[in-house]
Amino acid sequence: MIDRIASFGRSGTDLVVSIGRAGRFLAGVLSGVPRPITGFPLLMKQLYSVGVLSLAIIVVSGLFIGMVLGLQGYTILSDFGSEAAIGQMIALTLVRELGPVVTALLFAGRAGSALTAEIGLMKATEQLSSMEMMGVDPLRRVIAPRLWAGFIAMPVLAIIFSMVGIWGGMLVGVEWLGVFEGSYWGNMQASVDFWDDVVNGIIKSVVFGFVCAWIAVYQGYDCVPTSAGISSATTKTVVYSSLAVLGLDFVLTAVMFGNF
Amino acid sequence: MTQRTTDITVGLFMLAGLAALLFLALQVSGLSPKSAKSTYTIYADFNDTGGITPRGRVSMAGVTVGSIDSITLNKETFQARVAMSIHGDVNNIPADSAAVIRTSGLLGEQYIDISIGGDMESLQPGDTFYSTQSAMNIERLISNFASGK
Repeated sequence: MIDRIASFGRSGTDLVVSIGRAGRFLAGVLSGVPRPITGFPLLMKQLYSVGVLSLAIIVVSGLFIGMVLGLQGYTILSDFGSEAAIGQMIALTLVRELGPVVTALLFAGRAGSALTAEIGLMKATEQLSSMEMMGVDPLRRVIAPRLWAGFIAMPVLAIIFSMVGIWGGMLVGVEWLGVFEGSYWGNMQASVDFWDDVVNGIIKSVVFGFVCAWIAVYQGYDCVPTSAGISSATTKTVVYSSLAVLGLDFVLTAVMFGNF
Repeated sequence: MTQRTTDITVGLFMLAGLAALLFLALQVSGLSPKSAKSTYTIYADFNDTGGITPRGRVSMAGVTVGSIDSITLNKETFQARVAMSIHGDVNNIPADSAAVIRTSGLLGEQYIDISIGGDMESLQPGDTFYSTQSAMNIERLISNFASGK
C-alpha cells in the first residue's frame, strides 16, 4: 500500500522534473541562435526532410479529407435544401480546425517520430558526446536546425493542406454532386474572413509546429540510449504530440472563436 | 543530394506555401484589392436588433451593398444604434427609405434590408434612416396573438 502511494508520488515528481528539463532544454536550444552563414545549410537540409518529404502525405490526406467533407456535408445539408452552403462548411472546417490539427497529427507521425529516432540513435551511438568532445555544441549543431525546421514547415504544410482540401471538396461537391460552382465559392467568400479565420488558423499551426518539434527533439535528446529506449521515446513523441495538439487546439479555439 | 538541389526544393516548397496562402486569401476569403474601395457610413435606430452582428450584410433588393459596422445602445432613447458602411458607388438611396431587419431563409442569418422609398433626395453620409422595422420576434408575435392585441 505504502509502496503504491510512493510510486504514485514518484510519478508526479517525475512528471514535474521532465517538464522542467524540457523547459531548460528549450532555453538552451533557443539561446544558441544558429549562426546565419553556417547554420543556414543545416536548416535547409532539415526543412527538406521535415517539410518537403512530408508534402506527399499532407497533400493526399488533405485531398481525401476535403472530399469526405464534401460528401458528408452534402448528405446532411441537402436534407435542409441548403447544399449551397457546402463551400462555407468545408472552408471554415478546414481553415479553422482540420487544417492545423490534422496536419499537426500527421506531422507528429511522419516527421516527429523520425526526428526522435534520429537524435536518439545519435545519442545511443555517442555521436552527440563526441561532438561535445570536439567542442561542437550539439544543441546548436543538431537540435536547433531541427526545431526551427519544424516551426517553419508546419504552417506551410497546414496552408497547403487547407488549400488542397478545399479543392477536393469542390471536386466532390461541384463536379460530382452538382452544387453550383458560383454558390460554392460565393458562400465561402461571404463567410470566411481572412484575418479572423485564415490568420487564426495559421497562428494555430505555428503553435502546433513549435510544440510538435519541441517534443520530438526533446524526446530524442533525453531518451535512454538503448534500442528499447529509442523505441519508447519515438512512441512517446507521437503520443505526447497528439495529446498536446488536441488539448492546445481546444484552448486556442476557445480563445479565438469562443466569443465569451 | 547536393546542397543546391536541397535549396531549390525547399525554395519550391516555400513558394507552394505562399501560393496556397494567396489562394486562401483571394479565392477562399474573398480578400480582394477591390474591397478596400470607398464606403460611407449611415445610421439606423432599431427597437430590437434581434440577431444581427457586426460584419453582417446590408442589402438592397437582395444585392449586398454594404456591411454592419457596429451596434451600440443609445442611452437616451434606449434604442440600438446601428452604423453601417455602404459602398461608395451606391450613393442615391432615397431619403425616405426604411431599414428592415430580415432573416434569410427559415433559419438563416439576419441582415439589414433597405426597402427603397420614393424621395428625390438621397441619404448623405452620416444621415440616419427615418423609418426602421425591427427584427421579427416569434415569442412576441405569439404573446401578442395570445393576448388578442
